[in-house]
Amino acid sequence: MGMKTEEKMIIKGRRLDGREPDELREIEMKVGVIPNANGSAQVSFGNTVAIAGVYGPRLLHPKHLQRADTAILQCRYNMAPFSVDERASPGPSRRSIEISKVTRLALEPALFLEEYPETVVDVYIEILQADGSTRVTGINAASLALADAGVPMRDLVVALSGGKIDETPIIDLNGKEDNYSVADIPFAFMPRKKEITLLQMDGLLTPDEIKSIFKNLLKAGQTIYEMQKQALRKKYEE
Amino acid sequence: MKKVRKIILPGEIVGNAKDKRSSYGTFVEEGNIVSKFLGILRESGGYLSVIPLSGVYIPRKQDKVIGFITDVERMGWIVDINSPWQAFLSLSEAVDEFIDLKRFDISKFYDVGDIVYAQVSDVKRGDVQLTMRTPMARKLKDGVTIKITPSKVPRLIGKEGSMINIVKEKTGTTIRVGQNGVVWISGEKVEKAIKVIKMIDEKAHIIGLTDEISKLLSD
Repeated sequence: MGMKTEEKMIIKGRRLDGREPDELREIEMKVGVIPNANGSAQVSFGNTVAIAGVYGPRLLHPKHLQRADTAILQCRYNMAPFSVDERASPGPSRRSIEISKVTRLALEPALFLEEYPETVVDVYIEILQADGSTRVTGINAASLALADAGVPMRDLVVALSGGKIDETPIIDLNGKEDNYSVADIPFAFMPRKKEITLLQMDGLLTPDEIKSIFKNLLKAGQTIYEMQKQALRKKYEE
Repeated sequence: MKKVRKIILPGEIVGNAKDKRSSYGTFVEEGNIVSKFLGILRESGGYLSVIPLSGVYIPRKQDKVIGFITDVERMGWIVDINSPWQAFLSLSEAVDEFIDLKRFDISKFYDVGDIVYAQVSDVKRGDVQLTMRTPMARKLKDGVTIKITPSKVPRLIGKEGSMINIVKEKTGTTIRVGQNGVVWISGEKVEKAIKVIKMIDEKAHIIGLTDEISKLLSD
């Protein structure tokens, strides 16, 4: 839920950047961009660019954090100082700590962490350029990076955002829409069984509106799922 | 465009649990066999398994590994075996004679930085034990080591050693391959051998790689 504006966000059924309400931005995915990491990926949704690196499973220090029965997952979401118009001050903030946590909770159900006791899987997500929906872009990059790292997974994790603007349900919000929307919903799920692993909402919606946004999210999620699969295959089929 | 084995992705359904059995790299869910890894599907004797194309080394009993001594303790050595867990080589598993620990410095046998070819004797959760009580076990001297993806070690060795023997022959080197993805090379054309081994690591999923490698080595 954002600030009030006099500007119309939807004109003649089209959004400010010319998209239909249920249309995704241009998506690019590349797997294996960090040679030193066990797995890595870069994902961009329009002008939002996220890069993720996965290290491990590796021995966890300090020792008191180790779990004798399972590995733990550590996620760090970080925005580069140059990722936004006004310089973001570097280091963790209240917002990035929260996003790191929900990212971890979104990825954990997809992993077989119990196969690697006493270890840690580190996921580092850097937002290089921010234009709305950064946390879901980061989750997509992390999902690809985890698959690339050979961490055993139940399924890939597909993430995207939905929302409402000027009475119209939309998906994949960009920065401006994010600021002036009535409501926005970051959403992540595992496509094979349609299990939802991340669901947040900021703003006000009626149950009917949520249902119609969900329908669009699941449909567009399939498109992103196919793109993730394609990106992973592409690394080996050259 | 080269011929490539079919790539299986995590979460992909690879078979039905009724007519096939689930093996390494897969799990059963609602009657389907599902892949855990990005890898290549293998079927043998009614078992379906997925060989990952990346990932860390998970120690298993009987594996022969190449490790680096990282610390000398009172009654043994800590060994880095390129896995998430450190391994321990105890004195009794490494030396036959009687040692009086009060007078004798055991770093005379193995010291920090030494490379050993040893066997995994026991794995309990994060606790890995090594032994030198196996015919091939020894200290490796005067060579270079490189690391490859542990799951691709069988590919580097080939059917009954076909691949690794070509490399050894054509480059005049001695090569030891640890199951943990560490390869030790010593001999004449070490650089060429390294180049070839790295190429095998990168192109493990390509069909007919052995021919391609032998062609490359003949040039």
